Amino acid sequence: MKKDNPWVMRTYSGHSTAKASNELYRLNLSKGQTGLSVAFDLPTQTGYDSDHELARGEVGKVGVPVGHIGDMETLFSGIPLDKMNTSMTINGTAAWLLALYIAVAERQGVDPKALQGTTQNDIVKEYLSRGTYIFPPEPSLRLTSDTITYTVASVPKWNPINVCSYHLQEAGATPVQEVAFTLCTAIAILDTVKASGKLSAAEFTEAVGRISFFVNSGLRFIEEICKLRVFGQLWDELTRDRYGVTDPKLRRFRYGVQVNSLGLTEAQPENNVPRIVLEALGVTLSKDARCRALQLPTWNEALGLPRPWDQQWSLRIQQILAYETDILDYEDIFEGSKVIEAKTNKLKREAWSEVERVQELGGVISALDYVKEQLVASHTERVRRINAGEQTVVGVNKFTETAPSPLYTGDSSAILKVDEEAERDQLARLQAFRASRNQTEANAALTALRDAAANGDNIMPVSIRCAHAGVTTGEWAQMLRAAFGEFRAPTGIGGAVVTRSTNGQVGERLETLRARVRNSANTLGRPLKVLIGKPGLDGHSNGAEQIAVWCRDAGMEVVYEGIRLTPDQIVSSARDEGVHLIGLSILSGSHLRLVPEVIAGLKAEGLAEVPVVVGGIIPEDDADELRKAGVARVYTPKDFEMLRILSDMVDVAEAAYA
Amino acid sequence: MKGRIAIRPYFFLPVATKHLHIDITRLLRFDRTSIAAALNLLEDRRPPRQEQALTLLDELTTRPAPAHVVGITGPPGVGKSSLISRLIEHTAKTGKRLAVIAVDPSSKISGGALLGDRGRMQVPSGAPVYIRSFAARDRLGGLSREAFAAVFLLRHLCDVLLIETVGVGQSETDIAHIADTVVMVIQPFSGDVLQFIKAGVMEIPDILAINKADDETLARKAMADVKAALSLEQQSWKRPVLAVSAVTNLNLDKLDAAIAVHFHHLTVTRTLEKKRTEQALAWAIGEITHEIGRLGLAALGGPDGVGTLWSQQSMTVSEVHRLLILLRKIRYEV
Repeated sequence: MKKDNPWVMRTYSGHSTAKASNELYRLNLSKGQTGLSVAFDLPTQTGYDSDHELARGEVGKVGVPVGHIGDMETLFSGIPLDKMNTSMTINGTAAWLLALYIAVAERQGVDPKALQGTTQNDIVKEYLSRGTYIFPPEPSLRLTSDTITYTVASVPKWNPINVCSYHLQEAGATPVQEVAFTLCTAIAILDTVKASGKLSAAEFTEAVGRISFFVNSGLRFIEEICKLRVFGQLWDELTRDRYGVTDPKLRRFRYGVQVNSLGLTEAQPENNVPRIVLEALGVTLSKDARCRALQLPTWNEALGLPRPWDQQWSLRIQQILAYETDILDYEDIFEGSKVIEAKTNKLKREAWSEVERVQELGGVISALDYVKEQLVASHTERVRRINAGEQTVVGVNKFTETAPSPLYTGDSSAILKVDEEAERDQLARLQAFRASRNQTEANAALTALRDAAANGDNIMPVSIRCAHAGVTTGEWAQMLRAAFGEFRAPTGIGGAVVTRSTNGQVGERLETLRARVRNSANTLGRPLKVLIGKPGLDGHSNGAEQIAVWCRDAGMEVVYEGIRLTPDQIVSSARDEGVHLIGLSILSGSHLRLVPEVIAGLKAEGLAEVPVVVGGIIPEDDADELRKAGVARVYTPKDFEMLRILSDMVDVAEAAYA
Repeated sequence: MKGRIAIRPYFFLPVATKHLHIDITRLLRFDRTSIAAALNLLEDRRPPRQEQALTLLDELTTRPAPAHVVGITGPPGVGKSSLISRLIEHTAKTGKRLAVIAVDPSSKISGGALLGDRGRMQVPSGAPVYIRSFAARDRLGGLSREAFAAVFLLRHLCDVLLIETVGVGQSETDIAHIADTVVMVIQPFSGDVLQFIKAGVMEIPDILAINKADDETLARKAMADVKAALSLEQQSWKRPVLAVSAVTNLNLDKLDAAIAVHFHHLTVTRTLEKKRTEQALAWAIGEITHEIGRLGLAALGGPDGVGTLWSQQSMTVSEVHRLLILLRKIRYEV
């Protein structure tokens, strides 16, 4: 038989500035990477300019800042867009970044019809897990629908959306939940497109064929192989039965993958390499369920931002799989396996029944509270199992003895430090860009955008006009905020319980801890009250939600403030609520900027005695700096023992008010 | 034999003024750090702090209590929080001093609670708004004891005091004992109204708001139900029934106006004073009931003591009656 084509190889990357990221992209392409995967920074993802108050400390941190067409041109400078396959992880502002990409193509003299790649564009999983949503569900789905109807006609090779299961697994989804909730999201999107009436029947069928997926792959890779088969079968049936698509090619489940980051450990981080390889096998071994594109995380992701060498290592893993092994040589090697078939059938039955449950609740948007609570509950169970030793994590809760690692000595030399100057540089260039543009044209384009938002015209043509006219990311989003309003997603923490049992490793220790928490009221004068919050734009709330659930179950009174808070908001809540302790969660790397601001704010309010503990991906050097700034405790991914963290928090509170 | 009762609930008896951590002038200026410190003090169970709290309340109760205390109640999931968020945003824009008390349920097993979510509210920065969440703790009735006490402090400090209860139930009548005006929020599709009439809850509200009225058919049906339920009323205050929506802001201005009109009604009919006296009395009775119960339990050695008693004497249900007779003979002392 003919050898199968290898998948598109990408590395999720971008940081500091468009110029620095462009250099990185060209370096990665020269090493044999076959596509690009752009990571945008959080202000770009949530629709703020780099000089907005909420952007402070976040510019260039988890990705590249793109504030206007000038940044986008720099980002792809020297990279002909008609030859490139670009994946953009962008959701709340997906229509805008796609407009900028098309505008840059036009300036490069490339016909948009030649553009290949994808915008992530899945707002539902942003509500459920990733947190970079802006608008309420209805206008958000309309924007998604607009990008789909526009690309089907004008950028036909583009995949306008990647319905994501990835972040659901990161949020704790079981394979059944992952498949079910993802398919429900796809249904919500296609139903919206259909109801918009903007596509003919034939065009709609095309649109169904352009829906692609972004899937996670975890360590239980046999189960993952079955999960992908279930995805394929159910999508085929769903598109045939619900949308009447007759051409089997348009019913194929096309998907890209980023393998699991949730399971990567900070302890003995070299163990992450075999983990990544095994996870990659789950989505490459089986020809009938093989991914179209693959991104692998790096061995040191739980420590901080990867360096170019770390990314190279992950790319080499892909290349070895594709070019050295024989996995591309065979037809589907699982065809006929009774074990795989039985497991697949079981998952499929369970997943479909969950799809039906969500659809009975009115679809994924109406059922958002239900779905979020299910995810938080699953994640709570996962954390409980690891804490109880029922789920083994090598090097973390078992086999923890280790020789000194030559790769990583515990300092910050094994990760990339983002140049703090980058933010200032970005701000200066943004201001220069604004000063140099034709203001009249920018204003006229923004007015046209407002009109399109109001009258239901497709948002894409006018957004491309805005891009050419020099409108900024913040201006584009602000105009739509005014038209659509903003949204706050459910936290889902009300429905989860750590354990109902008072037996077993976790149950017994939880009982002991509850007694300690009750007794602390004698020292504190009243029951222990804590505030858990996430400063900055980082929307990865899974960790904060777990801390909130566990604190509540340990008997604390918990004010959970959710995501996207300014240091000022956190300080005023802590003050009004009279909390004994503040827990902050930051995964975006902006801790050195935001945490000291909270501490300064507390001092200014006369609340210097309120202790602050911080959790996140925080390199050891930074942790030292935070402790010097007055942080009582710093927790990183290696602190997996929830009950120890909670007991620690009681100590900290008691010591502060003794 | 009559039990001799010697209790001193901390809010009753005047105590000589001692050093106060709380600066009254800053409190009266609506300084939020001071308000928070005062509420922390009020919650504090340590005897010296209770003395201080008492001194503070003594000082405050000589002053006027100008706030309009508005209770918002209704079953869980009816959209109380969203509705309150809109009311807060609206009041914040008027520049009035606004305090908010939100009560959330406590877990019966762990004692823990998840509180509040002010993130939903868009309060202009710098607006005089103070928001505090309370866990219901061991109290039934929709408010916590601490929230009750907080009302008596906060109503001296602000213009409007909003109270959000846990959610209406048969025992949730606290709100009627503490608020000047009670708004009950119900949703159009739930048979709520019928349940409320059965539970006697319909006697509580001064204003009824049917939320989620974006669904007009259901809202009209609920309006008809509620109006029928209220049709036999003979009171001087005709209770308004409003179809509102926190999502589309439908009739929120009317709700706001109705709340103000009710306060005006209380003032001109001189029922406010009477109401406030009744509120204080209700609070006292509540505290006494709680305190006697606590002391009675303590006299038996607390829950553990009762447990021992139970197992040692291998009690039966009829023994419980004997215990109750025994309890009536106990001398309560502090």
